[in-house]
Amino acid sequence: MNARITLTTAARILRQLRGDHRTVALMLVVPVVLLGLLAWIYVDSPGDTFNRIGPSLLGVFPFVVMFVVTSIATLRERTSGTLERLLTTPLGKGDLMLGYALAFGAMAVLQALVATTFAVWVFGLDIVGPVWALVVVALVDALLGTALGLLASGFARSEFQAVQFMPAFVLPQFLLCGLLLPRDAMPRPLELVSDVLPLSYAVDAMQEVTTNADPLGEILPDLAVIVGWIALALTLGSLTLRRRTP
Amino acid sequence: MANDAIVVENLRVVRGGREVLPDLSVRVPAGQVVGLLGPSGGGKSTLMRSVVGVQVVESGTVTVLGEPAGTPALRRRVGYLTQAPSVYGDLTVRDNVRYFARVVDAGPHAVDAAIEAVELGDYSGARVDALSGGQLSRASLACVLVGNPEMLVLDEPTVGLDPVLRRDLWTMFRRLAADGHTLLVSSHVMDEATRCDRLLLLREGQILSDSTLPELLERTGTEDAEQAFLTLVDEAAGRHHDVPPPHVGRHVAPPPPHPPTGDGSPR
Repeated sequence: MNARITLTTAARILRQLRGDHRTVALMLVVPVVLLGLLAWIYVDSPGDTFNRIGPSLLGVFPFVVMFVVTSIATLRERTSGTLERLLTTPLGKGDLMLGYALAFGAMAVLQALVATTFAVWVFGLDIVGPVWALVVVALVDALLGTALGLLASGFARSEFQAVQFMPAFVLPQFLLCGLLLPRDAMPRPLELVSDVLPLSYAVDAMQEVTTNADPLGEILPDLAVIVGWIALALTLGSLTLRRRTP
Repeated sequence: MANDAIVVENLRVVRGGREVLPDLSVRVPAGQVVGLLGPSGGGKSTLMRSVVGVQVVESGTVTVLGEPAGTPALRRRVGYLTQAPSVYGDLTVRDNVRYFARVVDAGPHAVDAAIEAVELGDYSGARVDALSGGQLSRASLACVLVGNPEMLVLDEPTVGLDPVLRRDLWTMFRRLAADGHTLLVSSHVMDEATRCDRLLLLREGQILSDSTLPELLERTGTEDAEQAFLTLVDEAAGRHHDVPPPHVGRHVAPPPPHPPTGDGSPR
């Protein structure tokens, strides 16, 4: 691992993104549109459903978007031969993975700021906790998506397969994360599964930030679980980046 | 031998259940341009992948510049051009070369020099996915040259290029060798043999010949590398060489209409 190579790799990935205006626009605009749609759906409903679901989605968006973008981008590195070439240079596997994490982490911060701005000031979401805590949770969620995306791309042989990994990896976590039904109201086996899945903790942390004026003590354990998952996914992902291939 | 840049001993490689290199031993002297010629599917790319250390090998050893192939110390000293151009299509030529320069810690002046060396100066601001096939492979080559490695392993660097560009690139390869670099260059265009100091003819995982071109022509009693190759193939198969050999790559010209008479043995 080498800081120069890691940073130059992150810069290269961001430069590739910068040349792709449509992808950047989709990453920033789609969460805003979905939040707006959600606020609109519940605008005439009794209760405060948008304030219950909205924050969770702020945790889900960076995870889903970064998962898809990372799994496709690293699959392209594998299939275009650039990965094979890079692995004959002084670049370490950690440089590549951390480069992706840094570049997409920066995008996630931007995405979180845009989505939160619209959610709070345009759609009227109440956020009790500090905005910086929300950005930190969004960043960690995005890094989780990046790490799992890197891992998933190791098992995809084509872009068709990589895209299918999104529903396979992401939707079960989405269904079980407590958004549809509080996790303690689920059947016991499903609750146990959701206790293991990282997105449950991402959604918990996001809800804590929006309802608690001083959420740090509550979200740190959640973040620790997610960081553990990131470490696990990156370790397993590095095993799929082999210098020697058959 | 201290003068050997690459020493391959009893290399055995199996890819996709097929024994691509059954038992290959060869030495490449330092400071020369060594051509690796032969038909497609003959094991050229597999040998090159083994030399740069990205190929899983069953057995045997590959020693490059005195160290086992693929060790970290070699990654700055050996440059590898993959057969398919491996550059980022959504970046410009300059951004691609600059990225690979920073990975190997080459200075900014090296970026312009590498782009000029492959004659892409007018296209340095163009996105790579907008380039023609020949320009694309030259952009890929610039990303290898920029690190100024001691050894260059180039898998078909001139494929799809026009004769003028091919000549210019070979002139550059000769200049690099004169400066002390070692080049292992594969091609299935036999007329590029005249540009090489030594020739390795590889077919079906076997080295048919390892010599200079004049030695090869003398041994086979032929006029050019292509005829020599056909003669050697027939020798190996134990038959006359008026039958075209199987598996000859698509860029190898068909045998001439009047093959030399004789039984194909050295005269």
